[in-house]
Amino acid sequence: MIETLMIYLDHTFVRYAIIVGVLIALSSSLLGVTLVLKRFSFIGDGLSHVAFGAMAIASVLNLTNKMTLILPITIICAVLLLRTGQNTRIKGDAAIAMISVGALAFGYLLMNLFSTSSNLTGDVCSTLFGSMSILTLTRWEVWLCMILSVIVVAVFVIFYNKIFAVTFDENFAKAVGTKADVYNLLIAVVIAVIIVLAMNLVGSLLISALVIFPALSAMRMFKNFLSVTIFSAILSVICAFSGIIISMLTGTPVGSTIVAVDVFAFLICSLIGLIKGVGK
Amino acid sequence: MSYITVKDLEVGYDKSVIAQKLNFEITSGEYLCIVGENGSGKSTLMKTLLGLLKPIGGQIIFGDDLQANEIGYLPQQTIVQKDFPASVKEIVLSGCQARCGLRPFYNKEEKALAKTNMERMGILDMADRCYRELSGGQQQRVLLARALCATRKVLLLDEPVAGLDPAVTADMYDLIESLNKEGITIIMISHDIAAAARYADHILHIGDDVFYGTKKDYEESDMGRYFLSGKKGGGSDD
Ligand SMILES: Nc1ncnc2c1ncn2[C@@H]1O[C@H](COP(=O)(O)OP(=O)(O)OP(=O)(O)O)[C@@H](O)[C@H]1O
Ligand SMILES: [Mg+2]
Repeated sequence: MIETLMIYLDHTFVRYAIIVGVLIALSSSLLGVTLVLKRFSFIGDGLSHVAFGAMAIASVLNLTNKMTLILPITIICAVLLLRTGQNTRIKGDAAIAMISVGALAFGYLLMNLFSTSSNLTGDVCSTLFGSMSILTLTRWEVWLCMILSVIVVAVFVIFYNKIFAVTFDENFAKAVGTKADVYNLLIAVVIAVIIVLAMNLVGSLLISALVIFPALSAMRMFKNFLSVTIFSAILSVICAFSGIIISMLTGTPVGSTIVAVDVFAFLICSLIGLIKGVGK
Repeated sequence: MSYITVKDLEVGYDKSVIAQKLNFEITSGEYLCIVGENGSGKSTLMKTLLGLLKPIGGQIIFGDDLQANEIGYLPQQTIVQKDFPASVKEIVLSGCQARCGLRPFYNKEEKALAKTNMERMGILDMADRCYRELSGGQQQRVLLARALCATRKVLLLDEPVAGLDPAVTADMYDLIESLNKEGITIIMISHDIAAAARYADHILHIGDDVFYGTKKDYEESDMGRYFLSGKKGGGSDD
């Protein structure tokens, strides 16, 4: 087993994949709590479908650097969804559902009509579930992923206190002069970036799991925002790392293995939380 | 000049006016009580004063070096999601966000301020506890401590005693009174007209008729007599 692993690790692209995977897991876990607590979780889910649609367009256009197209489209949609969500309250959710399902259908249609690939089902499957895409990233995409992850982490740390304030009590934040709308926009854009990043790791259908499970797990164990944030980041990194290693050893798809590990960690955390709760 | 001068203000949502003909002013150190029936627009007025809603008509003038964001605010209800992981300390500290502007982290002074205010509210020993596991009265104190971090000048309190038991209610009123004695201007919404009559200097009554004046004038007006005697079991005799 160890030997197989060593052979794998000899390849630079595998090492890259691990580094990128861990960085993506780190950045995607950070906004998990905010996403769970605000109605942004809808947006997150909707956006992952938009990203799928964008991915379909990118593959039809045969772009080498697909992310150059996917990233802007997803960010624009994030901003638009936030706008509609604010203006029309309930209709916002409908808009999200429409855009996301529409993007999904449209994306599949596009791939079906124009794809030159001989293995269409395989392509679609890997976009949805991520299969081995992290190992097939171009060098340029690897760098982009790294840079974006670092930016996401930096933005989160710098605006940590504001994000907490806006998530906890938006009205109070506004009343004391915090530009809550600006920070909501920032959160939406960061979420869009995270989704595009995470799509490389786990595919578009499993993104929410990657974003939300570590946060939910941490919320079982801790009761203040800082501990929850730190713990979910650590947990996410551990799960992603072990998920990638396991998938290499056993040949399972990377994305679903990581998510499976996340689910497993969630169960353990729930159990610990339960025992802690009972013991009190 | 007074802190806040309100002229012919009309407040409401989406162009539908809920309360109108509001004229009053708030001077430094004063204790204003806003009373009125359910749905008369008290919370709406408060949100308008805070800049969360735009006035439909009329104007709000801030004077005496009071910035609009220097008002501490205790909301009527804070709908905190069930699972929100936040400790008392984190919440109180978030009251300092206006102070630090674009600076990303709270500095020593702000942390000390949060500590002082937790001490003032008697919640220092709960600093690391989870907010949503506290009782209603304790939660109110936490939010009041947060509001105090946001201001040295004006506190807007929207029904600070709603849902509290009589003993805790009395404590809360004492606390608010002592803050007022320390020089903080208080604007409080209350259903408890008796309490309003006991503590406030000025009373604003909103409804079909609007009354604004000193407590004494209110007690002598028809409107005041009616509400003080009938509705809330009479509390004007002390
Ligand atoms: N977000 C909103 N959008 C539209 N109308 C609203 C909104 N919030 C409240 N209203 C309406 O505005 C009116 C006044 O509400 P407001 O909350 O100001 O009353 P209030 O005087 O604070 O009552 P209470 O004593 O029950 O707190 C009510 O008729 C209410 O239905
Ligand atoms: Mg109200």
